[in-house]
Amino acid sequence: MKKLSARRRHPLAAVVVLLLALAATGGLYAAFAPAGKAQADETAQSLAIDEGKKLYSVGCASCHGSGGQGTTDGPSLVGVGSAAVDFQVGTGRMPAQQPGAQVPKKKVIYNQAEIDQLAAYVASLGAGPITPTESQVDPAGADVAKGGDLFRNNCAQCHNFTGKGGALTNGKYAPDLEGVSPKHIYEAMQTGPQSMPSFPDSTMPEQEKKDIIAYIETVNGDESESPGGLALGGLGPVSEGLFGWIFGLGGLIAIAVWVAAHTAKAKKS
Amino acid sequence: MSTATETQRKAPAGERVADWADGRLGIYGLAKANMRKIFPDHWSFMLGEICLYSFIIIILTGVYLTLFFNPSMNEVVYHGSYEPMNGIRMSAAYASTLDISFDVRGGLLVRQIHHWAAIIFLAGMFVHMFRVFFTGAYRKPREINWLFGFLLFVLGMFTGFTGYSLPDDLLSGTGVRFTQGAILSMPIVGTYISMFLFGGEFPGTDIISRFYSIHILLLPGIMLGLVVGHLILVFFHKHTQFAGPGKTNKNVVGMPLLPVYMAKAGGFFFLVFGFIAILSAIATINPIWALGPYRPDQVSTGAQPDWYMGFAEGFVRVMPGWEINLWGHTLVLGVLIPLVLFGLVLGALALYPFIESWITGDKREHHILDRPRNAPTRTGLGVAWVTIYFVMLIGGGNDIWATHFHLSLNAISWFVRIAFFVGPVLAFVVTRRICLGLQRRDKEKVLHGRESGTIKRLPHGEFVEIHEPLSPAQLHTLTAHEQYKPVEIGPTVDENGVERKPSALQKLRARLSQSYFGEDNQIAKPTAEEYKEITSGHGHH
Repeated sequence: MKKLSARRRHPLAAVVVLLLALAATGGLYAAFAPAGKAQADETAQSLAIDEGKKLYSVGCASCHGSGGQGTTDGPSLVGVGSAAVDFQVGTGRMPAQQPGAQVPKKKVIYNQAEIDQLAAYVASLGAGPITPTESQVDPAGADVAKGGDLFRNNCAQCHNFTGKGGALTNGKYAPDLEGVSPKHIYEAMQTGPQSMPSFPDSTMPEQEKKDIIAYIETVNGDESESPGGLALGGLGPVSEGLFGWIFGLGGLIAIAVWVAAHTAKAKKS
Repeated sequence: MSTATETQRKAPAGERVADWADGRLGIYGLAKANMRKIFPDHWSFMLGEICLYSFIIIILTGVYLTLFFNPSMNEVVYHGSYEPMNGIRMSAAYASTLDISFDVRGGLLVRQIHHWAAIIFLAGMFVHMFRVFFTGAYRKPREINWLFGFLLFVLGMFTGFTGYSLPDDLLSGTGVRFTQGAILSMPIVGTYISMFLFGGEFPGTDIISRFYSIHILLLPGIMLGLVVGHLILVFFHKHTQFAGPGKTNKNVVGMPLLPVYMAKAGGFFFLVFGFIAILSAIATINPIWALGPYRPDQVSTGAQPDWYMGFAEGFVRVMPGWEINLWGHTLVLGVLIPLVLFGLVLGALALYPFIESWITGDKREHHILDRPRNAPTRTGLGVAWVTIYFVMLIGGGNDIWATHFHLSLNAISWFVRIAFFVGPVLAFVVTRRICLGLQRRDKEKVLHGRESGTIKRLPHGEFVEIHEPLSPAQLHTLTAHEQYKPVEIGPTVDENGVERKPSALQKLRARLSQSYFGEDNQIAKPTAEEYKEITSGHGHH
């Protein structure tokens, strides 16, 4: 105790006290705060809407307006449907970090239960595309070849042959589809986020969406094969040309320098 | 006599075969003249070899591919082993390319060797051509060989382009459509050429088989002839060499063709082949299975040609979409101007040796290479050309730059538009300053020696760095280059007092010559007198 009191005027004493206090408050909060996990299934729809509204008021209202009516900073959410919320929040695009040419994909900050609550609230503002069920987006048994044809017809203009992404005007872009979950691909097609046009069931039936998802999973998924070796980004001739110049010709010139350096010597001078 | 009995002795089998061949082909004379042919040694002289060997590799692998490729646009339904294309309608050309990739033994590897070798062939020619350019190796007597090389590069571009189009995939089909657009933009003849080339409206059913004959017969046939001519001329002119002790404009210092260069070149061929084979086993090129068959109603983003056509793509991508509509006719300047620029940029390269020799008025033969620094204006012009070329490559890949560097596509296009005008000027000025600086440094080295890094303190306290004098060989190498005097228009009044009016062309030539060799545009190399004066002890420190 004597040791402790001897050091109470140490210049770092205040910092240590502050850290202890912070740790104590944080610990207490963690121990007593309401659990963040989802309520059980019996929770009524209205409860989800209420919870969603609370989350909405904190995280979304500043741009989309207190009732989802939209402001100059964000569009109206009336009628966008739960699928749009599930996509935008589920891929981390919303809440947006900053205004810009395009809102990028980033770390997801709400858990799925909270996303569902937000989606329920936004869906209650007006009817729109509904979050698909698991069986709706499951690509098992879909026609990959047909999906490829549909993809080249409807998607490749912006997303490239195998969904590696591409540039749009003024800093906007069509993102790489690698690692995007089937549900989010489905929702993007349904709702048409940002620059993307929407492909509702009336123009692209559910089965065709599944075919497209199956194609993307095959050519640009985690287990896609590249029969020719390194895919070089799948970006086509630009990356191939760069690789050919740097590693192809570069390697051969290195060999030429090596050969020339080991030339025959008539006599050691 | 003993000699008579000796001649009747039976010669060894090898000698008899050689005698037989000599009687019909005259090989002894040929061998005597050429076996001891001397070639100088420098790594940059092997760039042409890289091109030659990759060309041979392309021919060898190309023959294999023709065995399995079906150059037909007949529509078939695919049922091969590549699942994601199962049941898709496609041309027989595309289907057979899928078969080569997945069902023919070694097909994919050979296809990749063929394509990688083509990429390297063109890149090698580019670098080889600029080695020749920057060292002034195109000067008399080698102007024709420069043109041969230039033609090989341009024909290589078009052979590559037609080959890239053969699989009839969505990427190359877009490229063919792009080319058709360029053809259509030509005033008056465009529509006729397009209808003739495609046998009707785009895409028709003929273009693949026509490209096939062009790709495997017409262009490579011409190229093979040019390659042979190129090599014969190299033999005939003898190879150029860098300046050095014992090397003059009248000799070649190096090693003989046999055995040294035969072994080296033969070995280098296998090194090149092996290296390209390894590259092709490691990295994919043109994965046509991922691209899908060509259909005129489909298109993908990121559609670019192979790199050697990239600068043409760049011109079209950054050109504003201007057009003129007059008397019911449309002049599509947005495509026509890039097409013209494409020709001008390439043409400038072909004509440069003739322009330079007109400016210098030098009609002598040159077998000693220039160091790039000793020809600052030429080097500056070369770098300016390369700058235009690479700026346009950025333009051709503007979408990839945009997505991978998080830039705006429009900003890149504007950068390229401005850099097309500003870039070469900046590159020219900066390169020339660097060259002149290097000339000054050479002069300094000749006169004052090499900085040794050893600091000496003199008795009175002064610190000096010891400069080591160069060896005579180094002195020779640094001062071997000759320097031109700028061309003068001459007196405008002749001896009889009659005024002579110099033509505009003469004036232009004098001005250009001044900009090449004027007082500020090259550093006068040190003379023997200067060197003596300094090394005699007076000016030396």
